[in-house]
Amino acid sequence: MIREFSSADVLFIASAVRWTLILSAIAFLGGALGGLLIALSRTSHSRALRRMAAGFIQVFQGTPLLMQLFLVYFGLAVVGLPINPLLAAAVALTLHASAYLGEIWRGAIEAVPSGQTEAATALSLSYRDRMRHVILPQAMRVAIAPTVGFLVQLIKGTSLASIIGFTELTRAGQIINNATFKPFLVFGTVAILYFILCWPLSLLARHMEARMRRAITR
Amino acid sequence: MYQFNFQPVFDNLDLLLYGAWLTVRLSLMAMILGLIVSVLGAVAKTSGIRPLRWLIDVYVEVIRNTPFLVQIFFIFFGLPAAGISMSPNVAALVALVINVGAYGTEIIRAGIESIPQGQVEAGRALGLNPVQIFRYVILKPALRNIYPSLTSQFIYLMLTSSVVSVISANDLASAGADLNAQTFASFEIYLVLTILYFLLAFGFSTMFSAIRRIFFTYPAGR
Repeated sequence: MIREFSSADVLFIASAVRWTLILSAIAFLGGALGGLLIALSRTSHSRALRRMAAGFIQVFQGTPLLMQLFLVYFGLAVVGLPINPLLAAAVALTLHASAYLGEIWRGAIEAVPSGQTEAATALSLSYRDRMRHVILPQAMRVAIAPTVGFLVQLIKGTSLASIIGFTELTRAGQIINNATFKPFLVFGTVAILYFILCWPLSLLARHMEARMRRAITR
Repeated sequence: MYQFNFQPVFDNLDLLLYGAWLTVRLSLMAMILGLIVSVLGAVAKTSGIRPLRWLIDVYVEVIRNTPFLVQIFFIFFGLPAAGISMSPNVAALVALVINVGAYGTEIIRAGIESIPQGQVEAGRALGLNPVQIFRYVILKPALRNIYPSLTSQFIYLMLTSSVVSVISANDLASAGADLNAQTFASFEIYLVLTILYFLLAFGFSTMFSAIRRIFFTYPAGR
């Protein structure tokens, strides 16, 4: 039965924004933790750690997110877990975000002048204190604009979770489209909702980047 | 315990390799057409014509702030309602070109704006005509400056192209999905697909370094 595209449908699609946001938040928080570990490994003194982190980044930046999602989704069965779209999407997006944030933050940590590390070492600060009180606070200033930029990419990336059957914004659109067959309106609405989520973040990232650049050139 | 079974994958490796070739072809076409769109977009953006600049701004912002998956759904399912119908393969190419064109426009615009005004004036002083100035004094050095960002965007495009399998356009991911429907060796198939994409990304990256050595090394004599 094909029915009309009504305001209830718009409401259904709009309420699916919640799942896109939840998935993005899980992936971002998980990715922030993983990314920090990757960035610290990438800048550590241990060659094995550096190599491993570099390999992790290369694998996740050199393969499609869609394949990563499928691999985790079917991989759950391999390790004996029940197949669950939310779990698969959360794990895959977390790994994906870890690699990208790890690479962004590695750059930010390396942008802190080495004299800072030397001074902190001369003050006999431990690695932990050096990172926590000297290096990371300064790296954060450099990292924040590209991190917000990546958040936009991550929110858009969550749309692929619809392909493994997780009902977020895009999948809600597909469901409504199957019932009403108004693809122009439905996917137009979905696109506008994504735009409303992403555009302010893009503007914020650009604004912060411009401010950062002015601060450096001054 | 899960039993791995790679037999269906190895038996149908020719199918997957053909799919990989289709992905290479689709990506190369999207890169070339996307580059043209990007250069035109960047020229329009840096031109003095205000409505044109606004139009490019809207295009770039809309594409960069919506997922590729939704764009391809809109183009393949939505546009026929407006009287524009395309086959899956054409829709896939159009969607990829429109997508990479938006990112490319921003990248090349940044490249063009990185060219010092004095360089353009020097070109004029040497008696070059406007077309020559644009080609040799602005575009080529601009492309050299932004070559790394442009090529990593192109590699990202190749990886993103796997999404076109959702509208059954022919590519590597579609070949994998077909094989999966016949054999159900899902994990094994997607593992091999992921490795193939990784090799493709490596191949493109090697190709781009070679192109850079040939075309973009100083002196800029040719």
